[in-house]
Amino acid sequence: MKRRSALDIFFGGSLVATIAAFLYPVVRFVLPPKRTSASVDSIVAAQAGELAPNSAKVFKFGAAPAILVNTPEGNLVALTAVCTHLTCNVRFDAETGTLFCPCHNGRFDLGGNVLSGPPPRPLEAFAVTVSGTDIIVSRRG
Amino acid sequence: MKIPIVRLLAAAALFAPLAAFGQKNGCVDCHSQLEDELKAPVAAFVADVHREYGLSCEDCHGGNPATDDIGLAKDKSYKGAPARGRIPVFCGGCHADAAAMRTFNPALRTDQLSQYETSRHGLLLKAGDTKVAVCTDCHAVHGILSAKMPKSTIFPWNVPQTCGRCHSDRELMAGYRIPADQVEEYMGSVHAKGLFEKKDLSAPVCNDCHGNHGAYPPSVTSVAAVCRQCHPSAGELFGQSPHKKAFDELGMGECETCHGNHRIEPPSTSMIGTDAGAVCVQCHDPGSRGFETAAEIRRTLEGFSAAYDEVEGLLALARRKGVEVSDAEFGLLDVHTRLVSAENLTHGLDAGAISKAVAEGEEALGSVRTAARGAVDEASFRRRGLAVTTAILALFGAALALKVRRMGRLRRGAGSPGTPGPTVP
Amino acid sequence: MAKSLARDVWRFLDTRFLISDLAGFARKKMVPEHKRSFWYFFGGICLFLTGIQVATGGLLLLYYTPHVDAAHESIQFIMGGVKFGWLIRSVHSWTANILIGMMFVHMFSTFFLKAYRKPRELTWVTGFLLLVLFMAFGFSGYLLPWNELSYFATRVGTDIAGSLPLIGPWLKTVILGGPEVSQATLTRFFWFHVALLPAVALSLVAVHVLLVQTLGMSKPIGERGKREIPFFPDFIYKDALGWTVILVLVGVLCVFLPWEVGAKADPLASTPLGIKPEWYFTFMFSTLKIVPAHIVSIEGEKLAILGFLAGGLLWMLVPFLDRRARREEKSPLWTWIGLAFAAYIVVMTVLTYTVPNL
Repeated sequence: MKRRSALDIFFGGSLVATIAAFLYPVVRFVLPPKRTSASVDSIVAAQAGELAPNSAKVFKFGAAPAILVNTPEGNLVALTAVCTHLTCNVRFDAETGTLFCPCHNGRFDLGGNVLSGPPPRPLEAFAVTVSGTDIIVSRRG
Repeated sequence: MKIPIVRLLAAAALFAPLAAFGQKNGCVDCHSQLEDELKAPVAAFVADVHREYGLSCEDCHGGNPATDDIGLAKDKSYKGAPARGRIPVFCGGCHADAAAMRTFNPALRTDQLSQYETSRHGLLLKAGDTKVAVCTDCHAVHGILSAKMPKSTIFPWNVPQTCGRCHSDRELMAGYRIPADQVEEYMGSVHAKGLFEKKDLSAPVCNDCHGNHGAYPPSVTSVAAVCRQCHPSAGELFGQSPHKKAFDELGMGECETCHGNHRIEPPSTSMIGTDAGAVCVQCHDPGSRGFETAAEIRRTLEGFSAAYDEVEGLLALARRKGVEVSDAEFGLLDVHTRLVSAENLTHGLDAGAISKAVAEGEEALGSVRTAARGAVDEASFRRRGLAVTTAILALFGAALALKVRRMGRLRRGAGSPGTPGPTVP
Repeated sequence: MAKSLARDVWRFLDTRFLISDLAGFARKKMVPEHKRSFWYFFGGICLFLTGIQVATGGLLLLYYTPHVDAAHESIQFIMGGVKFGWLIRSVHSWTANILIGMMFVHMFSTFFLKAYRKPRELTWVTGFLLLVLFMAFGFSGYLLPWNELSYFATRVGTDIAGSLPLIGPWLKTVILGGPEVSQATLTRFFWFHVALLPAVALSLVAVHVLLVQTLGMSKPIGERGKREIPFFPDFIYKDALGWTVILVLVGVLCVFLPWEVGAKADPLASTPLGIKPEWYFTFMFSTLKIVPAHIVSIEGEKLAILGFLAGGLLWMLVPFLDRRARREEKSPLWTWIGLAFAAYIVVMTVLTYTVPNL
């Protein structure tokens, strides 16, 4: 039988190391990550009862902030919270029941339409569905 | 004077469709063959807004367009070009007549002439000064475009140039003892940047603060009212602050004193404080309460701003190094809103409220900072991993090369090429 | 101890799979060594990189979702939320480009060495078909991240397919799964990319590799040297050395230039200025841009596309057209034609990136 030379050991060892260097990332990749999937076009924005009537909550939807409003009548509406003027975040003004942008006084109604101020376009509205105790916001269309 | 014009216009309105189909217009025919000043009106009128409503030369200037003979054309109704001082009343002949304007554009206002008469321009004109602006100086003549058209002299981004034709003329303005640098100053402002660079048509231009037809330098108190249209929270906070009473008593303009009027720069924390560049020290002496408050507010805000910049820098670094950081950048957006809100609170001069807002902001920033640091660490991890893997691959490559060399030597030693030598793994 | 275990395993497998005969054949296989034998490595490189694509592609399947509402987000998730996701995805994207580049090198090197001559005509034909298939892999894969660039590149590319005479509109609808780029297109391109094309490509690769193994390596015309090395393990080791170098290159690229996620596709947005397909299509893309609108009353674009098809067909049939090479004679005519093709591809590709608003 052939003698196991130093070169053979070196060769075999580096081969094993190479294979390990490739298996390690693959195994880590395959093992499930903590956040199990991409946050997509539908997200559980809140739980039932979390929002009192005439109040709102800002949440992350996709890559941008969105706002979920519980109207005084108890209806749920969700819109993008990015003002169409200079992208500040709008907030809910409970006194007037409108969405208000603090940067330059832009004002929107709860359908997203511009009521006053510099914003040039309406806010995109999302669909809201309630499933059990989950309030789910998803893109329309 | 008004009634004949109304009848004339009504008649013209009836004939207007015919004009569109090429009814003879002697004015146009003759003037288009003349030169320079006498030809210009014909060329310019093609785009004029009045032409869209079926109006033509004779509707403003009178005369008979049906003939080529100049004597016959300049009949009894011929008014010619009005004298400069008569232009407002000339245009007002229709534009101040609600009944007349209703037949063309019911939604258009008809108070321009009465507003003009209250304006500085109107008052000076009445006193006999014809150098001031009249309708045609701003709206052009013969090629008048609606304000909604981007090429119009009164479209928002053309307004500074239109006003500047007179107001940037040093010699002309010297006669009125007004500075001539307003347009130049404005062009350096944040509003001009928004209008010309970001194409934000809601950004204010000259007429938004000074008025259109009733243009008059705003009084000290009214400037702030104008600013409040778009900046209500700053105005509200100011109104609740100790500055309000002090400024009113001293007769100082609320927004203008600190921010200027034409060259309004984007605000920064360097405006507050006690160093040379700050506005506070213009009034507040060292040791005074105002002085101390200014210093405290500056310290608080600068700390937050610096922390924000640091985290933003970390995220940019991580992104440059190829790490996905959009989730963290989203979180940073929220912190940015908090930073701007905190800076806005300076108008209220309440150092305690500002500190509270900043504390909340810094808490929000904390989680973003953690994510940013994690991202930068990830970038280092990748580079270290690459180094290790490259080292392993290099060793493996070396092992392969050595193997190949040894096999080659063995084969050559074993005999002629072409025969498989001893079995070598 | 380990040796006797290994021997037992070998004997077990050999009795059932009859491997010894195969091993014997393999041991006898030789590879010529001469001035030009360096070019032999490129075929193996293509095979190796294909293996990498199959492996990384299979791994990406674990987290990718082929739906317009989830595709872009899943890529973002892979890049940011999955451990080493950035690596697997960047390897897949970079290797795709490197592989196609290597295939061009492999194709032109075998062309200039006239390796296509009898009896290796079918090796050449299957190889050419593989190049076309892999470009289709690239085209279909490019849409899957559903970002701005991929959406518009697909639109432009399928518009070109749609301008073919007679079958154009029908072909475009079949490719897109409808009248325009939509969810149907994404699902269809996903099917192309992970099912149809792999099935066809793997079969062709099997045929191609089988032919190479059966027929051995071709020697340049007039090469009289008799030096040879065994395929197993000498040539394989040299192959592996090349593969190791490429792996290091890919690693460096992935760490310092990870593939971007891009902005999500918005069908309502206007086409970005200067939209181009991937580099391996740009020679055709730029040709279409500079060809005059009409040539002798025929639409220039259609003529150019027919030109590509004719050129491709001609190229594929070279083994049957090059009589001199068949007779083992030097054939400078075809060498020049090949150089012309290569120059055309290189020049048009470079022009795309150096001339603004071509």
